[in-house]
Amino acid sequence: MDYFIELFFSGLTRGSIYALIALGYTMVYGIIGLINFAHGEIYMIGAFTALIISTVLSIYGFPVLAIIILTTLAAAVWSSAYGYTVEKLAYKPLRHAPRLSPLISAIGMSIFLQNYVLLAQTPDFLPFPSLVPDFAFMDKYAGVVGSSDMAILVSTAIIMIMLTMFIKFTRMGKAMRATAQDRKMSMLVGINVNRVISVTFIIGSALAAIGGLLVASHIGQINFYIGFIAGIKAFTAAVLGGIGSIPGAVLGSMILGLTESLATGYVSSDYEDVFAFTLLVLILIFRPSGLLGKATTEKV
Amino acid sequence: MISLKDIRSAILISLWFIFLTFPLMVIKVNPIDRVIDWRWLNMLYVGGGSFFFYLISRIFIKHKEARQDKMQKKQESERIEKSWSIFYKPKVYVPFLVIIALFALAFPLLFSTYQTNIMITALMYVMLGLGLNIVVGVAGLLDLGYVAFYAVGAYSYSLLNLHFGIGFWTALPIGALMAATFGILLGFPVLRLRGDYLAIVTLGFGEIIRLILENWNEFSQGPSGISNIPRPGLFGLEMSLNGAITYLYYLMIILVLFTVFVVNRLQNSRIGRAWFALREDEIACQAMGIDKTTTKLRAFALGATWAGMVGVIFAAKTTFVNPASFTFLESAIILCIVVLGGMGSIIGVILGALVLILLPEYLRAFSDYRMLVFGGVLVIMMVFRPQGIISNIRRTYTFTGQEDSP
Repeated sequence: MDYFIELFFSGLTRGSIYALIALGYTMVYGIIGLINFAHGEIYMIGAFTALIISTVLSIYGFPVLAIIILTTLAAAVWSSAYGYTVEKLAYKPLRHAPRLSPLISAIGMSIFLQNYVLLAQTPDFLPFPSLVPDFAFMDKYAGVVGSSDMAILVSTAIIMIMLTMFIKFTRMGKAMRATAQDRKMSMLVGINVNRVISVTFIIGSALAAIGGLLVASHIGQINFYIGFIAGIKAFTAAVLGGIGSIPGAVLGSMILGLTESLATGYVSSDYEDVFAFTLLVLILIFRPSGLLGKATTEKV
Repeated sequence: MISLKDIRSAILISLWFIFLTFPLMVIKVNPIDRVIDWRWLNMLYVGGGSFFFYLISRIFIKHKEARQDKMQKKQESERIEKSWSIFYKPKVYVPFLVIIALFALAFPLLFSTYQTNIMITALMYVMLGLGLNIVVGVAGLLDLGYVAFYAVGAYSYSLLNLHFGIGFWTALPIGALMAATFGILLGFPVLRLRGDYLAIVTLGFGEIIRLILENWNEFSQGPSGISNIPRPGLFGLEMSLNGAITYLYYLMIILVLFTVFVVNRLQNSRIGRAWFALREDEIACQAMGIDKTTTKLRAFALGATWAGMVGVIFAAKTTFVNPASFTFLESAIILCIVVLGGMGSIIGVILGALVLILLPEYLRAFSDYRMLVFGGVLVIMMVFRPQGIISNIRRTYTFTGQEDSP
């Protein structure tokens, strides 16, 4: 039973990370109907920025709390800047192009960013210092849930609540929902659609960066390639929950995280990625609209 | 040409990129030794680079706009006729073709074995590009897992040879058939999906095949791969290494010609026109009585066939296969060839393959930047010239009969 609980919590942790990335996919898809292939790379860049900034700060002898706060801020700021720039460079000029063009451009961007980090930094794995200190009150549960698992779960929950509030109650959130429903109509009622799209990319990238930071400090090492697999899995989670739907992305991520964790715990860890891919293929074939998504009929 | 306003925005943009690339380009840390390496020079490169790149792209866009204005005045058909008619005159293209053919035939005599080997690789990518072109360029189905079929071909030959001692010539059609079967198997369930979902599923499929090859040791010998695969034979003749490579080169030339012939005939056939129609508008296409499912399946199967054939050749050329040769990046390179060359255009794809495979080989110094450039090329092509180097000229029919006077 202890083993099961351990797997359960590690599944939830995984799921939370996927959720942070999946939200970016789902929000962007909801608004411009594009699979943002480069999103996994934004997550990777967030992790790298966090590593660089935190190492620099710790060498200059900043206190732990300051390091955590500044690193998180830096990762979020720079990832958002990348997300914003990618949108402006690779997607905005193609907004009225045929469907395949922005997708190919996104794949190109993803390959470009991966190799950019590879060349600018290193092709090897870098060790990532654990940012989360061991909390004393977690000692009792140490065998089951680690401090960093707890940190991931709690911060994800806080971020989700904040995001929901933002989308539900702010003016920008309302504009985002409107744009997702009907872009042309929201333009007609005076919403600056370009700004809404930029904000979506910025928020999605910041969330991915925080995910990158948390997962890197949890696993303890990063390289330029982590974004690809994480991106695909988060995308799977977003599709599983119904792409375009924010609660769907969270639900899908949790289901995917739990499935993976239980499958690797009880079956075999060799095929960890195969499970995710197979799940993705099966959902797309049997229920392309996902668990919480609405089935859309194509209008002629 | 360049106004002051352009320069001002270029400066702003280069400042933005300096900020953007600051942590990744300038700082390099070693978390274990706790050393920081400040590379301030990179900042200068980024700033200068983005400044000039922006100005160049501005000039390009202005040029394009000016040309578009001019073009609107002319009829489009006239324009195509003007720029392309010269290539359709036998006087022009026959000597051209003869020179290329002579050069291709004399290549192994003129250059070293090493060069010939590179050329074989380039020709393999020409075939792969032409195969993927059927799926992506002609039928408009974005397939990101094309490398899976390539792997199927390569592994069919190596496994059949390992267990049953089957030779290259028998394996070539078997590999092609196996790949086609996989194409149909994959195609069947995913045909209902829209473009972008299809892309993801094919990507997933490609990764699944690679992961299975990597982990199922009893079947595929895992990551260590299969070695000692025989090269193609010629009626049991013993050949030196040089001879074998030259032989493979001519074999590739013949196969490429065969591919071009088949693909060209396919495009102009009933099924080729159905693919073009499908790419342009699925609903209208169905309304015209084209069976969507069979047409798409045919595209998948025929595209996969070429990948399977090239897979067999790949196994025979390198005499060694392992799963590391069949990653997603390989699919991306092939896609890049098709996109750069021009989706749907045969000459474009051939040119694209030669440029993308030969250039990095000869510019060894830049080989680290190869993938970076590939990624950049995909984005830049989509933004500035989505039709590729050589855009596909659609078959047009002119009415030659007498016009009824009203």
